[in-house]
Amino acid sequence: MLKINIIGAGILGLWQAYRFAKAGHQVHLLEQSETLFEKASSRLAGAMLAPFCESEASQKELIPHALKSLELWHEGPCEIHTNGTLIIAPPRDRIELISFAKRTIEHELVKSEKLSKLEPALEGRFDEALYYEREGHLAPRPAMETLLENIKKLNGQISLGFKGSLPHANYTVDTRGMGAKSDLKTLDKTLRPVRGEMVVVHLPDLKLHRPIRLLHPRMPSYIVPWPDDQYMIGATVIETDDDGPITLRAGLELLGSAFTVHPSFGEAKIIEFNAGSRPSFSDNLPKIVLEGDHIFVNGAYRHGFLLAPLLAEMVLAYIEEGVPIEGLFQ
Amino acid sequence: MTSSQLHLYGTSLSSRLIMGTALYPSPDHLTQSVKAGGAEVVTLSLRRETAGEGSGADFWEHIKALNVHLLPNTAGCRTAKDAITTAQMAREIFGTKWLKLEVIANDDTLQPDLFELVEATKELSSQGFQVFPYTTEDLGAAEKLLSAGAEVLMPWGAPIGTGRGLMNPYALRTMRSYFPDIPLIVDAGIGAPSHAAEAMEMGYDAILLNTAIAKAGDPVAMAAAFKLSVEAGRLAHQALIIEQRDMASPSTPVAGTPFFDLDNLN
Repeated sequence: MLKINIIGAGILGLWQAYRFAKAGHQVHLLEQSETLFEKASSRLAGAMLAPFCESEASQKELIPHALKSLELWHEGPCEIHTNGTLIIAPPRDRIELISFAKRTIEHELVKSEKLSKLEPALEGRFDEALYYEREGHLAPRPAMETLLENIKKLNGQISLGFKGSLPHANYTVDTRGMGAKSDLKTLDKTLRPVRGEMVVVHLPDLKLHRPIRLLHPRMPSYIVPWPDDQYMIGATVIETDDDGPITLRAGLELLGSAFTVHPSFGEAKIIEFNAGSRPSFSDNLPKIVLEGDHIFVNGAYRHGFLLAPLLAEMVLAYIEEGVPIEGLFQ
Repeated sequence: MTSSQLHLYGTSLSSRLIMGTALYPSPDHLTQSVKAGGAEVVTLSLRRETAGEGSGADFWEHIKALNVHLLPNTAGCRTAKDAITTAQMAREIFGTKWLKLEVIANDDTLQPDLFELVEATKELSSQGFQVFPYTTEDLGAAEKLLSAGAEVLMPWGAPIGTGRGLMNPYALRTMRSYFPDIPLIVDAGIGAPSHAAEAMEMGYDAILLNTAIAKAGDPVAMAAAFKLSVEAGRLAHQALIIEQRDMASPSTPVAGTPFFDLDNLN
């Protein structure tokens, strides 16, 4: 049994803590905020488990890793919905649908009949869609709560409002996101923030069963069903270190895209407007950086939920069995 | 213009491919694509991206590390006033007088608003900017832009991001012959390397593009393809392309051809 510090209670840190605790190690999860998830980028995530859609941006090499990670989600304690993903485009942007199909695999072009079976609420609104049957999604905040409860059940210790020097441990797994920027810089790893903005609405009158992505040449967006008749509408991707509140323009664009998917969104109540930063390396892929007994896991970009279980498995295998960290996440 | 160097506001350049920096899958893809394309000038947007207050954003550091000339643009501006304010901020942040002036008239076509464009060119030139206006093939607007102080013109091939190539080759040819000595850059609408080669064969001085490379399946390979096509088009233009004719003209002279079939000799 090893003593393991995990710094940061975002999705990366929670999975590391959960996985190490489950393997029988003595875990201490340290989080700087007094309130859980207050500063974690993950609380703003869409949490789509979408290996195929996410590979659209020239990152096909991600797919096998993402699929492995998806399996780990299924073996874990959280509730996962495997209802697939639907990609739609307004008729005038149909070319975006064709182009998206060309750049991804494992999809089916569904026409209005099947589409209206999958999502009756969209009947008559869209003639066709791309359906990625194997993809899933989860509710990020409940999933984070579930992981936390399991860490506690497995006798993991949790310290909120943590400041100062680290407790003694065999290894420290550091998942602080942008908080680790200067430490990573000394190791020649440049972390940058990629801004994302999102909206949460409450709409009991509409039932969507899976994430819907709306393609648009300038502003692609997605709607993810959350528990309690809530929908998360996201998300912008902006290269800036500005981490201030959401802009009016982003809000308009996100709300406008929801309205395009279904006019019922016009009656939705806005519960939350939010903005945050995705910690990212220059290839937009997460990295495991070894510095003696201090192991950085960072730079999840848009893939935090998708890849967190796999990254935890890799760090565990490295520490327990010396399995080297190689390939994409090196 | 037979010189192999391109001169833009007194700066000499060897590469005739100008690349945008938006829409890439990651900053690493951007860096590798700019290297593969051999671009010496890149455009970048001040709006939202890199406009963080205070110390330069990390993305901006990444662009600086490319070590190429910067051509900030006023993408997304809808009025001359808006464009002028953005331009002033760009000069401050990026430390260059160069400016790709873009004033958009319409969200569906992203076509330039020529009236606002001329007005902003006049004002910005008087403030010492070196303006690269994104315009159409309209010769009247082109003349007004030149008299407003622009020394380079950037007509569109097709609307931004459409990838349709040169939609009005006749007008682009006319523009080229009408302004033989003005640097003309086809900006926007390029989709395939053949489109870039076509414009270069017509005698255009350079090509500016973004989406065609950034959104390609393999951006780095596509950047290399565009580098070759721009060079091929330029070389072909300098080498004088033959005139089209109506009747076939044999490439091997018929007179003196032996009567026997060479293949059957052995």
